[in-house]
Amino acid sequence: MADTPMVAAHHVRLGSNSGQPMTRRDGIAKVTGTATYAADNHPQNLLHAVFAGASIARGRVTSLDIKAALAHPGVVHVMTPDNTPALSQDPDQKTTPFTARIDVLQNDKVRYAGQPIAVILAETLEAAVEGARLVKATYDSDQARIGFDDGEAFAPEAVGISTPPKFSTGDFEGNRKKATQSASVEMETPLQYHNAMETHAVVAEWDGDHVTVDMPNQAIGLAKPGIANYFGIPPENVTLRSPYLGGGFGSKAVLFGPQMLGILAAREMKRPVKLVLKRGQMFGPVQHRSATRQTVRYDMDADNRFLAFEHTANVSTSSFDNWLDGAANAGLSLYATPSISVSHSGTRFDTGTPGAMRAPGIATGSAVIECAIDVAAEKAGMDPLEFRLLNYAEKDPSNGKPYSAKALRGCYKAAADSFGWKDRPLKPRQMRDENGLLTGWGMGTSIFHAPFFPAKARAVLRKDGSARAETSGADMGQGAWTVLWQMAADGLGMAADDIEFDIGHSDLPDGSVAGGSAHTASAGGALFAAGNDVIRQLAEIATQDKDSPLFGAGNERVLGENGRLFKAEDPNVGESYTDILQRAGIEEIEGKGRGNRDKASTETYAMFSHGAVFAEVKVDPDLFQVRVTRLVGAFAAGRIINPRLAQSQLTGGMIWGVGFALHEEGIHDKRSGRPLNNDFAGYHIPVLADVPHLEALLVDEEDPHVNDLGVKGVGELGITGTVGAIANAVWHATGVRTARYPIKIEDLLKGAQALKA
Amino acid sequence: MKDTTLRINGEERKLSADTRTTLLDALRNHLGLTGSKKGCDHGQCGACTVMVNGRRINSCLTLACMHDGDEITTVEGLGEPGNLSPLQAAFVKHDGFQCGYCTPGQICSATAMLEEIKDNWPSNVSGSLTGEAKLTPEEISERMSGNLCRCAAYPNIVDAIREAAEASS
Amino acid sequence: MKAFDYQRPETIAEAIKAASKPGASYYAGGTNLLDLMKVGVRTPDSLIDITRLDDLKRIEPQKDGSLRIGALVRNSDLARNVDILSDYPAIAEALLSGASGQLRNSATVGGNLMQQPRCAYFYDPHSACNLHEVGEGCDALEGENGKHAVLGWTKTCIAVHPSDFCVPLAAMGARVVVDGPDGSREISIDEFYTLPGSVQPPGSALKQGEIITAIILPSDAKRFAPRARYIKLRDRTSYAFAIVSAAAMLHIGDGRIKDARIALGGVAANPWRAREAEDTLNGAEANEASFKKAADAALADAKPSGDNAHKIELARRILVRALKAAADGTPPKMPDLPGSVFAVGKEAR
Repeated sequence: MADTPMVAAHHVRLGSNSGQPMTRRDGIAKVTGTATYAADNHPQNLLHAVFAGASIARGRVTSLDIKAALAHPGVVHVMTPDNTPALSQDPDQKTTPFTARIDVLQNDKVRYAGQPIAVILAETLEAAVEGARLVKATYDSDQARIGFDDGEAFAPEAVGISTPPKFSTGDFEGNRKKATQSASVEMETPLQYHNAMETHAVVAEWDGDHVTVDMPNQAIGLAKPGIANYFGIPPENVTLRSPYLGGGFGSKAVLFGPQMLGILAAREMKRPVKLVLKRGQMFGPVQHRSATRQTVRYDMDADNRFLAFEHTANVSTSSFDNWLDGAANAGLSLYATPSISVSHSGTRFDTGTPGAMRAPGIATGSAVIECAIDVAAEKAGMDPLEFRLLNYAEKDPSNGKPYSAKALRGCYKAAADSFGWKDRPLKPRQMRDENGLLTGWGMGTSIFHAPFFPAKARAVLRKDGSARAETSGADMGQGAWTVLWQMAADGLGMAADDIEFDIGHSDLPDGSVAGGSAHTASAGGALFAAGNDVIRQLAEIATQDKDSPLFGAGNERVLGENGRLFKAEDPNVGESYTDILQRAGIEEIEGKGRGNRDKASTETYAMFSHGAVFAEVKVDPDLFQVRVTRLVGAFAAGRIINPRLAQSQLTGGMIWGVGFALHEEGIHDKRSGRPLNNDFAGYHIPVLADVPHLEALLVDEEDPHVNDLGVKGVGELGITGTVGAIANAVWHATGVRTARYPIKIEDLLKGAQALKA
Repeated sequence: MKDTTLRINGEERKLSADTRTTLLDALRNHLGLTGSKKGCDHGQCGACTVMVNGRRINSCLTLACMHDGDEITTVEGLGEPGNLSPLQAAFVKHDGFQCGYCTPGQICSATAMLEEIKDNWPSNVSGSLTGEAKLTPEEISERMSGNLCRCAAYPNIVDAIREAAEASS
Repeated sequence: MKAFDYQRPETIAEAIKAASKPGASYYAGGTNLLDLMKVGVRTPDSLIDITRLDDLKRIEPQKDGSLRIGALVRNSDLARNVDILSDYPAIAEALLSGASGQLRNSATVGGNLMQQPRCAYFYDPHSACNLHEVGEGCDALEGENGKHAVLGWTKTCIAVHPSDFCVPLAAMGARVVVDGPDGSREISIDEFYTLPGSVQPPGSALKQGEIITAIILPSDAKRFAPRARYIKLRDRTSYAFAIVSAAAMLHIGDGRIKDARIALGGVAANPWRAREAEDTLNGAEANEASFKKAADAALADAKPSGDNAHKIELARRILVRALKAAADGTPPKMPDLPGSVFAVGKEAR
């Protein structure tokens, strides 16, 4: 098969759809409840599956009494390690860097509380739920290890997927010796759980050795062969449907045990099976953000400029797999400094294995870095914004590369102006409002990578003028249905309403992962390229057709717009797509594409989106309840395909920042390892009343190097910088810096009492 | 097992199900109405909000068999593609959702909440009933705090509800 | 959840008969009971659905000036009742500060009184909890207990009562009307909640088959209406249980406090009436010094049951805050954030 062609050189110009703040194409479906999520599928003759989870965190199951479960009316079968066949691939073997070690009833080992130890299959959901409750297990258990003091320390080989755990540059020791002052912050961040509103679910139905799976998934192109491997069938035998995800945030990019168990059950029972995780089951098998203990230290010269930046992070993972949040890499490209030393160490907790959770590494690390920056600013006697501008990085300090684009100064200015960051007292506890509430202002810098993934897409133009574009992309709420559609239509030079568009299905070309804030750039780039390929082929036909007005124009630039092909230099010369195809007697043209990032650019430039966030908090002076009252962010992320949806991503990220700063914390009992707040009453995320007056400004930025279309992502950018901004604002209001996130009333009380003493 | 007659979106539906079946699971698993979503199954997120006799409740925290003869309104009864309620249209216009999973619950909750406001819940303290409950963003925020949105589409949700409220007054 | 027999009696007498069998539970709003049945901590053999008993749904001013509230009155209906708003405003504020709009539409007065603790170990059938079974032990004692009790606890149980509504009820000395197989009786709210010395979860004062039919708000509590507040401290702005809370009601005349009613929430297994604090306020001036003295009295016997010493100081402070807010006067309109620490003016801070 021929290589997927690259974008045609003469049509790299986004058209009339991109840049429009269109309302979501899937909006009507979502507001009417007609959008189908995985668990909404209800095939005939289905069995409901519910898994029973281990009540210990470390050890093994010594006996499983399933008699009562089997006897419960409606229960049809109970899967246990005794009767569950092996998968075709060892679930502990990491065949790709994205393969998690999963638990699928293959042995009696228990590696975290809540791990599946049996699966109950029943005619009704109620019977399956009760069957799971009736399973009685006995265990040989070891003391669970939860927390950095009790966990098992080790030296990790990598953080994230494959990033080295240590990095240094410049003469760190020498520069540190030269420094005249330093600022250092130590903070702990907790376990955090993604908790997408839609719990993980699967509906699976086999037909011979073909399986159809309804499952929310952010990386269909990876999931398809992954499922095929587990079940020993060719990838083309797997049909995976994921048109809508009820949130992902990183938790639905990888294959997990419970869903593989659902697919396995369907095969064993020869009936469709629906397995939906309970909310309480979302705190173990489906990843989370590592807990961290971090130290950040900046050393400065007498002019308050950084000489050395040090960041160490002790990061949690599970006892049986390695995925460590790269928190200490968060500041590598942030502030100017001639020398850097960052390193990660690891601690094994008896929890599930962590994974990427919205802005992995950077959210976690910047939460501490931005506090350290403010401590340094305080030592320098400078306003935090002035101090950040003083230490602004014109080049990536970790490698000296120029940024592909960095409109961060514009972000600082726009956000500061809108916020009213002026005459801010340097000292804390200086501001009160008319109701006597302590008031504080703080800021943080936002940054996020702009990666690019090899996505593929296909476009078809038909003789009757209709067209279709497709890729196996994923919309988990970030707006892929709309944004990718806009880019596909522009690639084809047609109005969005005039093309059919499809994502979320494994039959479609691999649109790569909706993750890393790269989906719009990657899948969108591929769709644009596919449309371009159609235009290129159309142009070839027209310029060689002596009856076409474009005959002989083979060396000139031709463009497509509104279904018409014309000379770029002379738009009057052209004709409609349908005329070209009809005259040529061609039924349809198929185009293939993948987006492009110039290889040389990747080597030359540092590629990031940037932003600045300013926060105002009000704190009760005696009771220390905190409210974020204003949040203003300004962000620069290259070309914005849909400003409305981009803003929603940014404000969504900023509200995640409120949750990270003030609310989120996964609590496990230290003895049993069981999660204690595995529900929405105990695990707090912001409610509507927590949301302040919020503004996300988009700052113009052109990035000619990041990829052919100049598109960067905004899905994760909003959290980074916000968490630190809030912590800094709380300090400004109260004079207290807490040693851990989330910032708790009891910690502010203790801190305030210590200040008085 | 129990037989229950429910009036759902104006239509009489008969249900024969396990007494343990919640109203939410009855809608989703027995009556083909999957618009209402299960976010937590413990009344802590509001994704399952429906209206029973005009009042918003969490359908996961009530048993279907208890609602014999009750009038139940789900998101499917508030509008459909091609015939959106003003509130649904406002949600689309203001981008009051992202992943959309909490959205049916938001729509049902907001619809009922706007009726509560019209009925002046709560009215003024100290006996004066002449004041009207004004719909400020702060009031919307507090009254809608029973509907969690992990995507945090909150600011746009408030805008959508305000527009719909102003349009209907 | 465990299968159960479902019955829907048409009269109170029928309901009492059905519920008198062991293993039977009354079911009204279900927002607590169904929750506990789903996690397997409650496993009734039969559910007696009382939601159609209209006799229990009325709010009736009595001849003696008291207010009788049927046990099936929903939280949201009670919170907007004219008599409640004008005569017992702290109750409305407490109700509206709790849960969510959806839950308030389902939850009932009787159910609120019966509300079980929210301790994570109680909610976990695999954890040791003396409320599961006497003698099982208490995993909270050496566990995560930052939210647990600081008053009146023993090593048997350190959970707190999670209700907001019950705090002003306790403050004003509400009475609970009960009907049962042996007839009707009335008990004080204090008698309804017994201390956990012998492990008594809410509802233990009732015999099998007894049903709460009403609560009575005493007429002498009406004089506090002009100065009555409920203030609640929590980790997020709405839809969260209290860390600590306080109901404070003052009757002031001739520049002095003539009478006071005080109760604390989030600090003990029961809503905690603070009579010693009330005593210190009798005849005192309504100022910060008096309020601090009252708060010291209220928390004099407080002891942390774990990592919760901060609750003692916070309870002291929130009581002072509630007293100051009450002294300032009941607001003419329900604040946008009922019960919130942010819903008080400058003077009360």
